[in-house]
Amino acid sequence: MSARANILQRLRAAPQGRVPLAPAVPAFYDAIRAATPASTRTARIELFCEKMAFWHGEVVRVTHDNWPQKLREICAAKGVRSLLYGEASAHAEALKAAGIAGLKPYDRPVGEWKKELFDDTDAGLTSTRGGIAETGTLIIWPDANEPRLMSLVPPIHFALLDADQLHDTLFDAMCAQRWSESMPTNALLVSGPSKTADIQVTLAYGAHGPKELVVLLLDNELSEVSEVNEVNAEEGP
Amino acid sequence: MDAAGPRHYPDKPAKVYLFGTCLIDMFCPEAGMDALRLLEREGIEVLFPADQTCCGQPAHSSGFPEQARAVALAQLQLFPEAWPVIVPSGSCAGTMRHHYPEMFADDPRLRAQANALAERVFELSEFLVHVAKVSLADQGVPARVALHTSCAARREMGTHEHGRALLAQLGAVEVVMHEHESECCGFGGTFSLKHPAISSAMAGDKVDALKETGAETFLSADCGCMLSLNHTLQKRRDGFQGQHLATFLWQRTSGEGGRQ
Amino acid sequence: MNNSQQLNFVPASEFKQRASVAVADAHLRKSFRGAMDFLISKRAGQFPNPEALERQRSLAEHIRKYSLARLPELLEQLEHKLTDNGVQVHWAEDGEEACAIIVGIAQRHSTKLMVKGKSMVSEEVELNHAMAAAGIDALESDMGEYIVQLDGEKPSHIIMPAIHKTKEQIARLFADKVPGAGYTESVDELIGIGRAVLREKFMNAEVGLSGVNFAVAETGTLCLVENEGNGRMCTTVPDVHIAITGIEKVVEKLEHVPPLFGLLTRSATGQAITTYFNMISGPRKPGEKDGPGEMHLVLVDNGRTQAYGDEQLRSTLQCIRCGACMNHCPVYTRIGGHAYGTTYPGPIGEIISPHMLGLNATHVLPTASSLCGACGEVCPVRIPIPELLVRLREEAQHDARPGHAALRGQGAAKSRLVDAIWSGWAALYTRPALYRAFGWLATRFRALTPPMQGGWTVSRTPMKPAARTLHELMAARKKR
Repeated sequence: MSARANILQRLRAAPQGRVPLAPAVPAFYDAIRAATPASTRTARIELFCEKMAFWHGEVVRVTHDNWPQKLREICAAKGVRSLLYGEASAHAEALKAAGIAGLKPYDRPVGEWKKELFDDTDAGLTSTRGGIAETGTLIIWPDANEPRLMSLVPPIHFALLDADQLHDTLFDAMCAQRWSESMPTNALLVSGPSKTADIQVTLAYGAHGPKELVVLLLDNELSEVSEVNEVNAEEGP
Repeated sequence: MDAAGPRHYPDKPAKVYLFGTCLIDMFCPEAGMDALRLLEREGIEVLFPADQTCCGQPAHSSGFPEQARAVALAQLQLFPEAWPVIVPSGSCAGTMRHHYPEMFADDPRLRAQANALAERVFELSEFLVHVAKVSLADQGVPARVALHTSCAARREMGTHEHGRALLAQLGAVEVVMHEHESECCGFGGTFSLKHPAISSAMAGDKVDALKETGAETFLSADCGCMLSLNHTLQKRRDGFQGQHLATFLWQRTSGEGGRQ
Repeated sequence: MNNSQQLNFVPASEFKQRASVAVADAHLRKSFRGAMDFLISKRAGQFPNPEALERQRSLAEHIRKYSLARLPELLEQLEHKLTDNGVQVHWAEDGEEACAIIVGIAQRHSTKLMVKGKSMVSEEVELNHAMAAAGIDALESDMGEYIVQLDGEKPSHIIMPAIHKTKEQIARLFADKVPGAGYTESVDELIGIGRAVLREKFMNAEVGLSGVNFAVAETGTLCLVENEGNGRMCTTVPDVHIAITGIEKVVEKLEHVPPLFGLLTRSATGQAITTYFNMISGPRKPGEKDGPGEMHLVLVDNGRTQAYGDEQLRSTLQCIRCGACMNHCPVYTRIGGHAYGTTYPGPIGEIISPHMLGLNATHVLPTASSLCGACGEVCPVRIPIPELLVRLREEAQHDARPGHAALRGQGAAKSRLVDAIWSGWAALYTRPALYRAFGWLATRFRALTPPMQGGWTVSRTPMKPAARTLHELMAARKKR
C-alpha cells in the first residue's frame, strides 16, 4: 500500500468520539464587535496609522490627486534612483505624469533580469486590496501586472492604500472581500518592513526584504479638510 | 483558578475532617497541629480519621495509576459524613479535588463517591478565607515575609490568593513579592529525586529570589516546597528558613510568637 | 528504524548529563533566563484581559479539535484542492520517505543549492543530512537558523533558533566563517552581512523549501508566518518550491485561520501580527512573471498517526508550534533547548518526541518536568501537557492499557525494582495500621535516617522524620 493509503487508513482506524460542532468563528467576532463601540472610518484610519508606525512603517497621508507629487518628493529625499511599478496598474499614468526619475516597469519574467532586480532596483510601488486597522496591516494580492517580488526585493516598498478600504480585523477583510471564493496564487499580509530579532532578541530591520515600508494612504476627505483650511487661510485677515 | 469555574462555598460548618497529608504526618506534624488549632479557634470541631495515609499523588504523577488508585481508594472511605475535608496542602487538595474523579472514572459508584468528596475538599487557607471567614488579630512584632505558593496549589486551587488574603489581615506583617513569584521551586515530588541537577537549579534560584526580598522568613501552604527549600538552605548553611503558613498564622495570632 | 531517526537518539543517561552540564553553565542560564523573561513579558502584554484570552483559547482549541476530528477527510480535500491548483502532493510515512521525496525532486531539477525557510518538520526528518548525502547544499535562510547552521549546531528554540548565542559569539562566527566579513558586534551590521550572503543565494538556488503554519482545505492554501521575508524569498524566487508539513496542520476553512494566527504570534513573541503572512495557493500561472513554476507539498506522518490513535494523546496534535510552553517552562529555562537532544525541546518536545522517536529513545523526557503546569496554563490551544506527561510516564513503565494499541517503545522504562517500590509503597499506604507502625518506627529511629538520600541530597540536607507523627500527636490530644 502507498504511504497515502497507510496514513489515511491509520487515521480512519482511530477511535472517534463525538465530532465537535463546526467552530462558530463569525459568532466569536460578532460578540467582540457587539461589546466594543462601533468602528468609524476616522477611528480605523487612526488605528491603522498608529499600528503601522509601531511596525516601523511610514504612513504618508495623501489624496487621490496629490500622491504622485508626494511620492516624487519622497523618492527624491530618499535618493531613489529606480522605482519598479506595474505598467497596467490604474495608477501607472498618474505615476508617469509626475516625472519621477528612474521608473522601471516589471515587464519581463523574473528569470530574465533577476540580478538587476536584486542588485539594482531601489524601490517598488504596489497597490493594495485594502488594510487592517487592528494590526496595521496591508493586504496585497500580487498578479501578472504587479508580481510577488515587487513588494519584497527592492529595499524600499511603497504601497498605495485607499482609506476607504480599511477593515477592522483580518476576519472582516476576509469576509468582506470574499477570499474563500477565489484565492490568488499568492496573497500577502504585510505589517511593516522586513525584520528579525534572531540576534540576542534585538530588533533589526531589513533582514531579507525591504528595509523601509512607506504607505501612501489615499484619503480624499483629507483633501476636503485641507482645502477648507486653505480657503480659510485665504480669507484670513 | 479552579478548573470547574468559580467555586460555591458553603456556610461555616460545625465540624470538619482534617486530612493531614503524608509529608506533614512524618516531617512537619506541627503544621498539622497548627491547622487544627486555627480551625478549633473558629469553634469548629475537627475530626482526624486515624486511618488516613496519603492522597496517592506520588504514584499518580510517577505513572503508576493502579497504585495511586489503590491508595486513593483507601482514603475515599474515610470521610463518610458530609463535613468539609480540610487539607493543609494545595497539591494534595488538588489531587483529591481534581484527580480523584478521573481515577475512578471507570466505576460509576466510586466515581460518584469521588465527585462527592471532591466537592467537600478545601485547601486550608481557602477554607479559612471563604468558609470559616476568619478575622485574624495580629499579636506579633512587625515582620517582613515572602510567600511561595506551590504550583498545584496555585493552578488547581488558587491558593496564592487565599494565602495573600489571610496575610493581609495581619496588621504588622508586610508581604513582599519575590522575582519570578509564580515559578516552580523545583520540588515536583519524584522530580527532585529523578532530575536532581535541574531540581537543584530551580530550588537554588527560588531561595535566592526569596532571600533577595529581605524577608525574615518565607511561608508556604505546601510542605513539599517548604521542605525542599529549607533543606536547600540548610545545605548552604544558610539560617534563612521557611514556615508552613498555618504555623505562621497561629504563632502571630495566638500569643505563642516565641514558640519553636 | 531508519538512519535519520537514529541521529536523534538520546539515551536517558545522556539527557541527564547534558542537563547537568547546562545548569552549571552560568552564561547559558543567564541568556535563557533573560530571553525567556523577555518573551514572557511580551506575551503577557498582548493579553491584558484574562477573560478575553480564555474566549480566544476556547475558540482556538475548538478549531483544532474539530480539524483533528475530521483530519482524514480534510487531508483528502486539501490534496484535491491543491492538485486542482497545480500543486503536487506527496505523502511520507516517516522521515526517510520525506527526505527521499525531496531529494528526488531536487535531483530531477539538477539542483546544486536549495534555500530553506524556517521549517521544524525539515529538522525533524533530518533533511539537511539527506541533502548533503545527495551532494546538494541545503542552506538555512532564517537568520537564526543560518547562524546555527554556520556553526554546525541545531536550533535551541523552535521560534528563536539562535537564542543561546550572544552577539559577540555571532560576531566571531561571521568573522571566521563568512568570506569578506569583518568583526562587528553591531546587530544591524551582522544582519546586513547575513542579508548580503543570503540574497545572493536566493537568486541562485534552484529549489526553495518552506514549512507550513496552516494548510486550508477548502481553498488549497498554505499559510506561512514570518518576520524576515526569507520565507517569501524561498517560496517565490527559485523555480521550484517544496513545502513540507506534518499532517496535523490542516484546517477546514479560511475563516479558521484568523483566530489561530492571532494566538500564534501573540503567544510566541508577543506580536499582534508578524511582518508577513504569506498565503500560497499554487505555482506561477501563465502570464505571471514570478513565483515558482513548480510546487510540491510533502505531508509527513512520522509518528503523528500513533498519537492520533489515542483520544487523549491526540490532543498533542493540536499544537500550533508557538513555543509558549518552552518560554514559560522552568526546566527549559534552566537547561536550554540542546540538552533535550530532540528537534522539539521543552514541554511540547517531551510529549511529541515519544511518538516520532519511540519511547525507547525518549522515555526520560516526560519525566523532565516538575508538573508545575505553567505550560498547560499558557498553551493557546489548551493542550493538557501535564496530563500527557503523566500518561507517557505510565506508558513508558507499563504494558499497553487493555484495549489500547502499544506505543512504539511501550514499556521501555519498565523496571522490576521500580515496580516493586511502588507496589511496596501502595501496600504500606493502603494498610493504616502498618502505616502507623512505620511512622512510629521512623520517628523513634530518626537518628538512623540515611544521610545520603539519592538525588535529594545532591543539593539538600537529608529529610529527617519529626519526633512524633501527626497521627501520634492527634491521638495524644484525644486522650488528653
